[in-house]
Amino acid sequence: MVNTDAELERLTRRDVWTGFKHLTPISLFVVVFGLAFGLAATQTGLSDYSSLLMSALVFAGASQFASLELWGAHVPVVPLIVTVFAVNARHLLMGATLYPHLRHLPPAKRYAVMFVVSDANWAMSMQAFGMGKPGLGILFGGGLALWTFWVLGTWLGIYFGSAIQDPVSLGLDMVMGCFLLAMVVGGKKDMRMVVIWVVAGCASMLAFWYLPANSHVVVGALAGGLLGALWMEKAK
Amino acid sequence: MTLDTAGSGTLVIILIMAVVTLLTRWGGVFAMSLVPISRRTEQFISAMSGSVLVALLTPMAVNGDNGARLAFLATAVTMLLLKKPLPAIAAGIIAAALFRQL
Repeated sequence: MVNTDAELERLTRRDVWTGFKHLTPISLFVVVFGLAFGLAATQTGLSDYSSLLMSALVFAGASQFASLELWGAHVPVVPLIVTVFAVNARHLLMGATLYPHLRHLPPAKRYAVMFVVSDANWAMSMQAFGMGKPGLGILFGGGLALWTFWVLGTWLGIYFGSAIQDPVSLGLDMVMGCFLLAMVVGGKKDMRMVVIWVVAGCASMLAFWYLPANSHVVVGALAGGLLGALWMEKAK
Repeated sequence: MTLDTAGSGTLVIILIMAVVTLLTRWGGVFAMSLVPISRRTEQFISAMSGSVLVALLTPMAVNGDNGARLAFLATAVTMLLLKKPLPAIAAGIIAAALFRQL
């Protein structure tokens, strides 16, 4: 291996720009997802400014869509926190897997890079590290690309969303549900996972019928998580 | 406890979401710098991140109209066949739109 540790874990302005360009093709899809979010948020009743601010500050699509499900004249705070945390908990695992490659950075830089960690740039930087190539530029520069196109897409969605008169007859109220379902179905599927989902779904439905409003998200997430902790995957 | 979405409530909600999300982005790195995450914790987190979505979706399917159910079916089947989210979401929306024109 010619690359030294220092080379693998460097982060110059040029690395960041290279990473930005590396993730730009994927980011074009991110524009479409952002557009879908902008549409859904506008229909839910968020102001243009709020939708844009949410995309810029939260920058985590699935949790933003999920929060719309809790939206109304009043938003319940605890279910909101639990939902956003549970949907984004996969970031914890990303951070844990990235730690060996971030360890040598000064803490300020380490946590600055983590600001823009998302599924696509995490996967591509881990791939680069795995092949012995520098990955921090992909992680940070790629993250900046994803962020830019996510905000741009949201803005486009707000723009088009306000022009549509009858979103339900066009099926546009289903954007959020279909997005979240595609995330579920696109994830890892085996017998264990399917059982966990069924338990989560049943627990959620029972809570929906018999427990206070909005507790179903928390109950379902915890039921699935606990089953996953008790019934662990076989060690590789 | 609930927050009003009128006035500055929306801003507070967005800030709460931003902080919680940032904690998930920083938490994994921070925890690993103290002590490695155990396998059981990892399994809990990965099971929970799918389950929360299922928990959100189930009441939408149970209480939704047939257009909504058809949309979910179309999205799930397309996702299983093509493994690409964009066509899967498009299929769901088109299915709901067509059904509701009938």
